[in-house]
Amino acid sequence: MSDFSEELIGSKTEDEQEESYVFSGTGMSFPWLQNHIGTIATGGKKEKDFAQTTSACLSFIQEALLKHQWQQAAEYMHSYLQILEDSDSHKRQAAPEIIWKLGSEILFYHPKSNMETFNTFADRMKNIGVMNYLKISLQHALYLVHHGMLEDANRNLSHAETWRYGEKSSSQEVLINLIQAYKGLLQYYTWSKKKLELSTLDEDDYAYNAASQSMLNHSCKTSVNLGALIQTPGVWDPFVKSYVEMLEFYGDRDGAREVLTNYAYDEKFPSNPNAHVYLYNFLKREKAPREKLISVLKILYQIVPSHKLMLEFHRLLGKSEKEDHRKLGLEVLFGVLDFAGCTKNITAWKYLAKYLRQILMGNHLAWVQEEWNSRKNWWPDFHFSSFWAKSDWKEDKALACEKALVAGILLGKGCRYFRFISKQDDEVLRKKIKRIKKSVENHSIVNPGL
Amino acid sequence: MDLEEAKEFKERCTQCAAVSWGLTDEGKYYCTSCHNVTERSKEVINTGAIPNTKIQAINRGLKRKRKLEKGWDWYVCEGFQQILYQQAEALKTLGVGPELKDEVLHNFWKRYLQKSKQAYCKNPVYIRGRKATVLEDNPSHSDWDSEPDVLSDFSCPSFVESGPDSQLDSRTQKPFPISKASQSETASICSGSLDGVEYSLRKEKGIVKMTMPRTLAFCYLSLLWQRETITLSDLLRFVEEGHIPYINAFQHFPEEMKLYGRDKGIFAIESWPAYEDIYKKMIEIAKFLDLPRFPDITEDCYLHPDILCMKYLMEVNLPDEMNDLTYQVVKMTGIGEVDFLTFDPIAKMAKTVKYDIQAVAVIVIVLKLLFLLDDNLEWTLSNIAEKYNEKNKEDKPWFDFRKWYQVMKKSIDEKKQKWEEARAKYVWKSEKPLYHSSIDRAVVYKRREMVVSLQKQFSALTDSAPTVEKKSPSSFQFNWTEGDSAGTCFHGHSLQGILKKKGQSLTIKNSLYWLSTQKFCRSYCKHVTTYEESNFSLSYQFVINLFSFLLRIKASSLHEEVSLIEKRLFKRKYSKTKKKSRSRKRRK
Repeated sequence: MSDFSEELIGSKTEDEQEESYVFSGTGMSFPWLQNHIGTIATGGKKEKDFAQTTSACLSFIQEALLKHQWQQAAEYMHSYLQILEDSDSHKRQAAPEIIWKLGSEILFYHPKSNMETFNTFADRMKNIGVMNYLKISLQHALYLVHHGMLEDANRNLSHAETWRYGEKSSSQEVLINLIQAYKGLLQYYTWSKKKLELSTLDEDDYAYNAASQSMLNHSCKTSVNLGALIQTPGVWDPFVKSYVEMLEFYGDRDGAREVLTNYAYDEKFPSNPNAHVYLYNFLKREKAPREKLISVLKILYQIVPSHKLMLEFHRLLGKSEKEDHRKLGLEVLFGVLDFAGCTKNITAWKYLAKYLRQILMGNHLAWVQEEWNSRKNWWPDFHFSSFWAKSDWKEDKALACEKALVAGILLGKGCRYFRFISKQDDEVLRKKIKRIKKSVENHSIVNPGL
Repeated sequence: MDLEEAKEFKERCTQCAAVSWGLTDEGKYYCTSCHNVTERSKEVINTGAIPNTKIQAINRGLKRKRKLEKGWDWYVCEGFQQILYQQAEALKTLGVGPELKDEVLHNFWKRYLQKSKQAYCKNPVYIRGRKATVLEDNPSHSDWDSEPDVLSDFSCPSFVESGPDSQLDSRTQKPFPISKASQSETASICSGSLDGVEYSLRKEKGIVKMTMPRTLAFCYLSLLWQRETITLSDLLRFVEEGHIPYINAFQHFPEEMKLYGRDKGIFAIESWPAYEDIYKKMIEIAKFLDLPRFPDITEDCYLHPDILCMKYLMEVNLPDEMNDLTYQVVKMTGIGEVDFLTFDPIAKMAKTVKYDIQAVAVIVIVLKLLFLLDDNLEWTLSNIAEKYNEKNKEDKPWFDFRKWYQVMKKSIDEKKQKWEEARAKYVWKSEKPLYHSSIDRAVVYKRREMVVSLQKQFSALTDSAPTVEKKSPSSFQFNWTEGDSAGTCFHGHSLQGILKKKGQSLTIKNSLYWLSTQKFCRSYCKHVTTYEESNFSLSYQFVINLFSFLLRIKASSLHEEVSLIEKRLFKRKYSKTKKKSRSRKRRK
């Protein structure tokens, strides 16, 4: 009897299959809910051995992949493919994607695999169910690109782009855009190769005209392809970069600026430091006013205070006449040096040493103290320990000198770092160390009254 | 492009599985949802308008295929008969006597058909439903005529050999005014067999319906009747190893026996048989068939605990000397008595012994008697044995529990790993895919094709030689030979050092014992006890897991059996605790 009740459920899910095929693309999927429904459908019955062994098989494949045992993985894959015939429609529909991911991984690395097998596999997987066609096409194209077969990749993407299916769902639209954008990227690649060719040609040459003409053609297509994707929120760095490069090449500065501004400032896009970097570099090329550049970098400073552009930002701020900009300049420097990755950045230390002197001479002791207060607990150990003094001196004497100056100013003559460096007797640096000692005496913020 | 005209085409689209067809200008069907164009074309009725050559090109498919799909008329019980036949044949090739198939199983099956009123009786079920509509028109046909021909000789499967008077020919002559085709076309539920739909809906009180697991219950009943040397756990292991047809057994039906729709739920199965389940079904069937007391299980039968204990001691590499102890335990508990062992379905509480589990449980008890298995004494004894063996290299070695544990642990882990890998690689799906309804047919076949071609691709990547070789059937899973260089065989080791002389007989040095279960569950849940692994010593866990893996049963059922035999062995202790609790109750 039990078998028949299951049969009834089985036939029901088979019928539902048609529905879920059509509507499963709405972008909403709750796997936990499906599992829950699944257990209700089987009436809390023990899962079948088929389900058990296929899931065991899946973990064997994953284990084999982890250990790079492609041979074993392929063997298990042979059995795992049965899941495509699972009577549970949820599992059956989830299967193609899993099989594609695992299978493509195996075929990518397996010693007996080649381009041909991969291509046939991809073509087969594309046609299992409708929902995977675009995703697999895209990944297939990337595989081809990886193997340098750009033309094939392009053809593949064109196929995918024109592929027709029933109702368009929002998730598929993004995929179409992505496919077009990748196509655009491939076109950009040919374009930039042509650009390189063009630069070797003489402008009066007949060939030059033809070449530039075909370049123009390419760029038109490319901008159409790239444009659509860039409008949708997301992180599209390579696409934006190449798009802007082409726009700039054809003199469409306003267009380029619009794209970059939109990419950096549109709130719908996820926060992306590169967007601000691109915009800043563009504006710099454009020779935009300092005020404008500062405002762009201010945002970048908030996202990534350790970005390498921060030193440039500091220079810009230092040149500014505004008080608060100059104060921010100090903040930025301290901010950079808060990061472990920047501790050996000699330029940053040099700037800090110079700027501290400058600021203290300008009678802004309060600024320095404000920054120092939050750091005096941990910077001495973080930067100015005797261990660092020894190792810095051993590795980079110039760095050690800059740091010693800063340490002296911030911590006074008594600090370990400064004492260690000042005791060193070095022929070349003797004069410099003397100067440092003097500066420290003049500017140290410790006991300034004495 | 007329959607109206395409309505009669009901198959699922092979691309997106929708059933929404339109007609192209060329008369081909295309899917309105994914625009996939099929090979199929609409049959053109109005031939006048189109030149002849074109008609021939278009007019393909549908009609011819229908006919081919129909196949023979057959009943569900005939399907099961076919499977039982295959299983009996397989048992014969495993070395079971031919009487099992020709006499025992045949008779059981006949009796079943009779008891379930499917044949060999007046007014069988196949007729009752149709009587009013059908038989009135055909008074010439008696009931006897139109019931399925299960009377045909079991030993020769009439499906395969079609003699002049084979049932096939007689079947085709049988008129059924309600034709199957019209039935299945109108209803969305259908089946390849004649009574698949009815069968799956039938729920009659007191009738045990045939299912796939019950075919194995039938096999085991016949084995038990014949007192063959195959235990239930052996039988189920042979099923899992593919020596006895079970999963996808319908694959070997003759070509003309078509299965689809409801037949899928009846014959297709996606789980291996479970010991407890088949055991229960076996008793259920025996009771349903009203079978008499089975032949006596005496001391010279394979299923007698003394012999089975000997077999399992060999299997798990324990010393032969332990036989004396198992023999004593069997005697003391009375589980070797004929009346206890023999299956009697008409007795008040029909219940049979789980011979294999029982024998193994006796061995576990003997191990507990000898070594206590408290994670302490067994290791102390091992130390003594090890020292003795080092000093006396010439003598018969003392049994060293630690060494045995190391050898067994290693081999059982390897075995388990291989078993799990083989299970993960198991091929469940049949070459003949089964579909629920005719509109699913194309999709299911396409899916099958896809899987086969993908499999081909991946098998090309693996070595040409298949890694999982089909094991030849054996009732032994391990093979320990005496005198091998690694010294991993313990059969000849002695138990000296664990036993001491007391008068003339030897007794066990260890005088302690702990009971696996202190209190038995007396409620209606039918559980004797529960097995919470972590409550027990590691050695006990190891032994229980070792044996339950050998028999492919749950650890808890072995633990239960151990407890039950302990209850018989230490009756007095249990009765004491019982009395105590009773008296306590009284006081209250």
